[in-house]
Amino acid sequence: MATLRELTHREDRLEGGHRLCAGCGASIAVRQILLGAGEDPVIAGCATSCLEVSTSLYPYSSWKVPFIHSAFENSSVTIAGVEAAFNGLKRAGKIPADKKIKFVAFGGDGGTYDIGLQALSGTMERGHDMVYVCYDNGAYMNTGIQRSSATPRGAWATTAEVGSAQQGKTEKRKDLTSIIAAHGVPYVAQASISHWKDLTTKAEKAFAVEGSAFLNVLATCPRGWRSAYNKAVEHAKLGVQTGYWPLFEVENGEWSLSSPSKALVKTGLKPVEEFLKPQGRFRHLLKPENAELLAEVQADVDAYWKYLLGRCGE
Amino acid sequence: MPVKHTTVATTGNSMVADAMRQCAPDVVAAYPITPQTTIVEEFARYVAQGRVHTEYVTTESEHSAMSACIGASAAGARVITATCGPGLAMMWEMLYIASGMRLPIVMLNTNRTLSAPINIHCDHSDVMGARDAGWILLFAETAQEAYDNTIMSVRIAEDPDVLLPVMSCLDGFITTHSIGRAQTMDDESVKSFVGDYTPQNALLDVENPVSHGNFVFLGGPYIEFKRSQRIAMDRSKSVIERVGAEFSELSGRPFSLVETDMMEDAEVAIVVMGSSAGNVRHVARQMRAEGVKAGLVKVRCFRPFPATELVAALSGLKAVAVLDRSESFGAEGGPLFTETRSALYDLERRIPIVNYIYGLGGSDVRLDLIKSVFTDLSDIAGGGVVPEGLNYLGAR
Ligand SMILES: Cc1ncc(C[n+]2csc(CCOP(=O)(O)OP(=O)(O)O)c2C)c(N)n1
Ligand code: SF4
Ligand SMILES: [Mg+2]
Repeated sequence: MATLRELTHREDRLEGGHRLCAGCGASIAVRQILLGAGEDPVIAGCATSCLEVSTSLYPYSSWKVPFIHSAFENSSVTIAGVEAAFNGLKRAGKIPADKKIKFVAFGGDGGTYDIGLQALSGTMERGHDMVYVCYDNGAYMNTGIQRSSATPRGAWATTAEVGSAQQGKTEKRKDLTSIIAAHGVPYVAQASISHWKDLTTKAEKAFAVEGSAFLNVLATCPRGWRSAYNKAVEHAKLGVQTGYWPLFEVENGEWSLSSPSKALVKTGLKPVEEFLKPQGRFRHLLKPENAELLAEVQADVDAYWKYLLGRCGE
Repeated sequence: MPVKHTTVATTGNSMVADAMRQCAPDVVAAYPITPQTTIVEEFARYVAQGRVHTEYVTTESEHSAMSACIGASAAGARVITATCGPGLAMMWEMLYIASGMRLPIVMLNTNRTLSAPINIHCDHSDVMGARDAGWILLFAETAQEAYDNTIMSVRIAEDPDVLLPVMSCLDGFITTHSIGRAQTMDDESVKSFVGDYTPQNALLDVENPVSHGNFVFLGGPYIEFKRSQRIAMDRSKSVIERVGAEFSELSGRPFSLVETDMMEDAEVAIVVMGSSAGNVRHVARQMRAEGVKAGLVKVRCFRPFPATELVAALSGLKAVAVLDRSESFGAEGGPLFTETRSALYDLERRIPIVNYIYGLGGSDVRLDLIKSVFTDLSDIAGGGVVPEGLNYLGAR
């Protein structure tokens, strides 16, 4: 695995000067993941999302690698098509047999958990040699903070409002990482922009395996989370420390907690409140009258943690 | 090397699957749907037999099939796919993206109607729903034409003056599944006719990175992009004619955007697309025996719309009928009718023109129905009244 020193010498493949908000976790995720691709050429795709509209504003492009956006629900299979072309053209003798190119598709949680789930499932099942990255900021941010199936229970969103009859989203978050792991692809991992070493190492592994790999990366959205833009990394870190977003990987079916989360098995998780507190989207949850709902949110986290410890043999 | 023709007795789908193989696509991404299914099945056999170098992607839906085609085509591959009806409808969003990104994808569409009620049989509702999606649209009367159109489509789509996707349509079941006599050309002749594809701005050219599918702000050059698509579509007309002429020379079979039969001295004519042209031709001959100067005008290319060619074919007539195998609910008539009538608007002399909706969901296109149309036309030509509104041919 590359050292920090090595990483600093690698070319940044997403140029600065894009139009994402200050403190946006999406570009942090992309840059760290592309560092993990090493020296091989990379072709990247992205679903319609904040990341896409902010990095591909015609006539500019922030992508220093070949890049394609086609629609919202299909970045997985669009890149699968690129990978298919690579194989077909190799067989035709138009690309040298030993040529190496890495393929990566990005999508937000909306483009991955929801509208893009079918295309992603098909892509993973067929086993295209590529990496799919979901940067999960827990809502449809690009269109104005609507709820997705990645939005945690109780969070405010513009389609899960807070009022006398409802206190934000009423359903818990979907566990997409397990769903993709169930496809039996060689590498699946959950990571966070707050743990760069863990993230770049996972990206290296994902790019290295033959076949499909999937990374689900917690990526702060200060705008949608209603949180301080200069604390984005810290807020993601709280996601890990509270067990809201455990770091783990599934390598050829072997589940294991990654070290930042493994350490928490001994020390115990921080209360989920610490993750919620700095985020305005949870403000109502901390009011005394919502204590029961807050307990439910904590119970969601505890249940997931327990489930995960079981899968990881902890 | 002279072309070697082989006469075969087979279905339209098997003819186009063979044409696909001969065009040697680098990628085929497709999803099965009746009556297209036997195309993708036959192609899967070619893959299993090692007769093609194609990377065959069996996606989980048509939306994904077209998405994979888009990725593959942008990557620099020659790409062919096939679908119909609900599958084409499911691709709708991606059809516009394929043409907007100027990707020369070729798609076979085995015309099937749209639900509800669910129905697997032929009409042109599927492709007519996509008529403004920026694709070149070719129609075949027979399995032979479907084979020929497939091969021509690759050349047309990939022409540097065009770079637009092409949809090559054949009528579901009628053409796709009936066995008839047709001729195939030898592999080498097809290979040298379609030539090698040299992509522009390929994603796989990693030394020269480009971005595809960028975001255009309000006030940005969106409308200019659309105009450039329009210009390419208009320009494609002469390319289609040139490729068609070249192909005719090779195959010995005619091709033009609008094909006419018995039109030299015709007084009345039926304008039609697809397999029903056969019945119209047959009945026109019978009508001639009865003294009606009947003719057939067959539209082989709907996009770009051959307005000039239609005007040339129809301008001397006393009455014209347009048969539409699809509805455009609430419109003045079916799509072929409204566009044909619009093409005739600038003529000095107004030609009586009537519209018939026929054959929806595979309903029978019987000879007596076609005859009734010619009889109507003959009445109109003789000074009878032009029937008002829409005529649903054969509806009980
Ligand atoms: C078919 C389709 N439906 C809806 C949209 C509108 N849309 C564009 S981006 C988006 C939300 C993106 O959310 P997510 O994937 O979570 O990415 P984020 O913007 O949060 O980074 C939506 C709903 C669309 N572009 N296409
Ligand atoms: S709204 Fe959120 S996800 Fe979108 S650019 Fe801003 S911080 Fe990033
Ligand atoms: Mg999101």
